[in-house]
Amino acid sequence: MAVPILKQRHHLIASIQSALSDQDLLGLRDDLARLVGQHRALGVIIDVTALDVLDSFATRTLRAIAYMTKLRGAETVIVGIQPDVATAMVQLGLTLEDVLTALDLEEGLALLDQRLEERHGSQ
Amino acid sequence: MPHTTAMPPPLVQASPETATALLRELVSILRESRTELREEWARRITESRLLMAMTREEIFAEATTVYDNYVAVLETGSVEALQAYARDLSERIIPRGVETQEVLGVVLLLRDVLARSLFKKYQLDFDLLNRVLDAYEPAANRIANTVAVGFVQERERIIRQQQEAIRELSTPVLRVRERLLILPIIGLIDPQRARQLTEQLLRGIRENRGKVAVMDITGVPSIDSAIANRLVQTVEAARLLGATVIVTGLSPEIAQTLVTIGVDLSKMNTVGDLQGGIELAERVLGYKVIPVEEVAARTH
Repeated sequence: MAVPILKQRHHLIASIQSALSDQDLLGLRDDLARLVGQHRALGVIIDVTALDVLDSFATRTLRAIAYMTKLRGAETVIVGIQPDVATAMVQLGLTLEDVLTALDLEEGLALLDQRLEERHGSQ
Repeated sequence: MPHTTAMPPPLVQASPETATALLRELVSILRESRTELREEWARRITESRLLMAMTREEIFAEATTVYDNYVAVLETGSVEALQAYARDLSERIIPRGVETQEVLGVVLLLRDVLARSLFKKYQLDFDLLNRVLDAYEPAANRIANTVAVGFVQERERIIRQQQEAIRELSTPVLRVRERLLILPIIGLIDPQRARQLTEQLLRGIRENRGKVAVMDITGVPSIDSAIANRLVQTVEAARLLGATVIVTGLSPEIAQTLVTIGVDLSKMNTVGDLQGGIELAERVLGYKVIPVEEVAARTH
C-alpha cells in the first residue's frame, strides 16, 4: 500500500496508515526524494503512529530518507514512534542516530519551523 | 465407665451415625474439661518456647478463643468461622513477627493435648478409644490444616500487597511544568525496575506531552554496567519519542564506576544536581525564572 504524501506550506507530510512491506518503504523513499525537489520542500515529516513494529530494514530506510532529503535541502522528522516500539528498537540497537524525532505531528511541525528559523537567523 | 457395656461389638470403621455420636460425646468432654485442657495447652506453648513475641496473658486469651473455635468445629463440622478467626488472628500476629512453624506448632500441640486427654479417658477400653480417635483425628487434622493455610495465605497476601506498593512507589514520573517531567529514582535499580522505569517514562512522555525529562539518580547507591546500558537505552528510547532526557545527581562512586567500566555516556546529557538539571530543562523549553523584585525593577 502506497503512503499518501501531503504538502503543507513548505513541508511534506507522509502519513503511514498501515504496516508497510519493504517494497512500500522503498517506494516511500523514492517518492519523497522526488517530491522534495518538485515542491521545493524545506521539511519532511514521516508519521509512524500507526506502526506497531519498526524493524531494521524500516529503520535503515527511514535513516536513508533523512540523509537523502537533507542532501536535497529538506530536514526530516520522524514522529509518533510508540513507546513499545521505541523500547524494542533500542533493545535491537536501532536508534535512528542523527535523525530528528518528535512526539506527534504537531510537535514535528513546531520542530521543523524552529529549525528553519534558526537556519534563516544564522544566514 | 458407662460406655464399656453399652457399645456394640468393635467395628473396623465407625459408621457415620456412631462417628457423629462419638464426636458429640467428644465435644461434651472437651467442654467439661475446658479450663484444665486450655491451661495445659497454654503451659505447653510456653514450655516449647513458641509465640515468644506474645505475653503469657495474650497467649492464654488467644488459646481460649482457639480452643472454643476448635470445639465448635468438632461439633458443627464447619470450618468457616475458624477460617475467619485464623485470618483475623494472622493479621494481628504477623506484624509481631510470629513465624509459620510457630503457628503450626501451636495448633499441633493443641491436637496432642486433646488426644492425650482422650487416651487418659478411654485407656481402659482400647476399641472405644480407637473409634473415638477415628472420629477425632480427621477433624483435628482438618482444623490444623485450616489454621496453617489461613496463616500462610494471609502472609502471602501481605507480601503481595507490599510488593505492589513498592512497585508503585518506585518510579513516579512527575510533571513540574508544562512539557517538563522529573523522574526521581531512589534505591537500587534491578533489571526489572529498569524495564519498568523505561515503560513509565515513555508512557509519561506520551501522556503529558513531555519534551524534556530530568532523571535524578541521587538516591541510587550504585550502578553496574548492565544497568548503565539500560539507562542509556532508556534515554535513546525517549529520544525516539522526541524527548530529551537529562540525567542528574551521579554520585562520585557511580561516576567512577561508569568511567572504569567504560560505559559510553556520550549520548546522555548529565548535570550535577537536580536543580541544575531543571534549570537546563527550563532553558531548553524556553522558560526563564525571574525573582518578582527583578521583574518589578525592570518594568519601572
